[in-house]
Amino acid sequence: MDIIHSCFKAQIGEVVLPGDVFRFNVSSVEDDSSVKAEKIICGPGLRRNGDEIQVYKSGILRHKQPNLYWIDSQQKRYVPVKGESVIGIVTAKTGDIFKVDVGSSEQASLSYLAFEGATKRNRPNVQVGDLVYAQFIIANKDMEPELVCIDSCGRANGMGVFGADGLLFKVSLGLVRRLLSPQSEIVKDLEKIFPFEMVVGLNGRVWIKAKTIQQTLIVANLLESCENMTAQQRQALFKRVADGAL
Amino acid sequence: MRETPLSNCERDFLLKSIEAKKRLDGRQTYDYRNIKITFGTDYGCCTVCLGKTRVLAQVSCELVPPKDARPTEGLMFFNLELSPMASPGFQSNRQSELLVTLNRQLERCLRNSRCIDTESLCVISGEKVWQIRVDVHVLNHDGNLMDAASVAAISALSHFKRPEVAIQGRDVTVFSPEERDPVPLSVYHMPICVSFAFFQQGTYLLVDPCEKEEQVMDGLLVIAMNKHREICFIQSSGGIMLLKDQVLRCSKIASVKVSEITELISKALENDKRVRKEGGKFGFAESVAKERITVLTREEAPLEMTDVQATADEIISKADAPPEVVPSPVIVATGTGQVGEGLQSTWGLEDDDDEEEEMSDLTEREKKKDEVMVISDSEEEEVVILNQAGQSKCS
Repeated sequence: MDIIHSCFKAQIGEVVLPGDVFRFNVSSVEDDSSVKAEKIICGPGLRRNGDEIQVYKSGILRHKQPNLYWIDSQQKRYVPVKGESVIGIVTAKTGDIFKVDVGSSEQASLSYLAFEGATKRNRPNVQVGDLVYAQFIIANKDMEPELVCIDSCGRANGMGVFGADGLLFKVSLGLVRRLLSPQSEIVKDLEKIFPFEMVVGLNGRVWIKAKTIQQTLIVANLLESCENMTAQQRQALFKRVADGAL
Repeated sequence: MRETPLSNCERDFLLKSIEAKKRLDGRQTYDYRNIKITFGTDYGCCTVCLGKTRVLAQVSCELVPPKDARPTEGLMFFNLELSPMASPGFQSNRQSELLVTLNRQLERCLRNSRCIDTESLCVISGEKVWQIRVDVHVLNHDGNLMDAASVAAISALSHFKRPEVAIQGRDVTVFSPEERDPVPLSVYHMPICVSFAFFQQGTYLLVDPCEKEEQVMDGLLVIAMNKHREICFIQSSGGIMLLKDQVLRCSKIASVKVSEITELISKALENDKRVRKEGGKFGFAESVAKERITVLTREEAPLEMTDVQATADEIISKADAPPEVVPSPVIVATGTGQVGEGLQSTWGLEDDDDEEEEMSDLTEREKKKDEVMVISDSEEEEVVILNQAGQSKCS
């Protein structure tokens, strides 16, 4: 186990580029009978090719105990992944499915039965142009992605149509992941300025609603400017805003 | 890939914020985004950044037989291209409506206004003339492509130099730049497009709409004008009924913007010329700021931070006679010119007082205070008619 991990260890938290290779000797791992065969999981940006693991995205190598490795990259184009929650825009109603734009190369489909409490009689009220917060149930490269607005128990669980007013805007996928991470400081700092509602989709879309239009715009601009700022810069900026606005 | 649709919530929000005189990026109604003009190492190559919109223009020339009807005139050819690089919604080999409109407008702006002396492009009458070809490529689309394209095209044309030729009898010798210095085109004037977006059937007006604003606008008015305040072309699309006053007001705003942009272009050209003469380094690569990660940079969004009403009253009470505020273009790096620094508006036209960066620019705001221009139907402001010559030229 240590043999595999040791080849990653030096690079954790470092920038890696596409084409970088992590080598380990499979035979030596297998021969060494004293250690149990241990698996590692390659997350986004890493791919196994025989004896080596190749990097195919540029970004920072991350590690999560016990055996998960992935690349934290800053791309903008979303690629659907099963189980991820996204914000979609309904673009068409065709028969019993809605077409939803999620910012990926293809539109996703959303069945009208995939809402909480929806039956054949009781159709959900969804209009073209509405925002939906939904989860991918099918997402692979060969098929049209499919969304649902219910969890496995049939509950909405926060999903469904939303956004009567408020502002929708796009940020990079890296920033979205930073916003959603449990130890994220950005949201904690931001909510000290004034209260607002926020919906964050993993496809890079963020919806904000604050008390007034001006406040909504401030929050949106602040979030966008968080994209490339250090923690100190961000705190200084937020402090300036808080002093000025309140 | 299809274009990202506009959701109902974005549309409602944009219209509401326009009603409240706010824009997404914190600009004022009449503000342009930052304009940056950069020249490449070759003559006649120019990129223009208008906020996040980015356009590249390249001028080239070749010797061709002239048209039979005009044997002594050179030819001008314009071509604008929208590639999927600019926006995933664009397809490379499809004649979309937007593409046709932009091409046509660019042609009207630059060819029909006769800003380039075509007679001087004649080499042998009836046999050989120069054909000047302007290729405009949109590199990134964030709204207002027309203005960016027109600035890029005219800057590239003013920057371009064609090879020197010598005629002996029937023989034409084209000299390489090493043998004889290339000659610049004779540019009579610089027509520049200024776009106005109208909302709510013309009740609200915005200068330099960004992409999202373009998606919700009702109508668009494009005015091409030169610094002598002559209108080169004017086009209204979207089918809204504009009042005479509104068009006149727009042309007045356009004249201010055009004089500023013209000054910026000439500054950028001068700067590039100086650097070339001194033998310094020039071109796109040189104008990139070094030791900075440029991929993810975005212009810092101007934020409205102070409580509005209190300061506004204070400013009004303190305001005195407005001096002429003409922003001076900044030269960021060699081969570039730029107006505005992102955070505060440096345009002469300043109106609403509900935006403030810090209290320290109070003095500057006082100066601008009296130039308030509000667009709405009920208006008491005096209408100034532009010079008649300019009006008659409007096609």
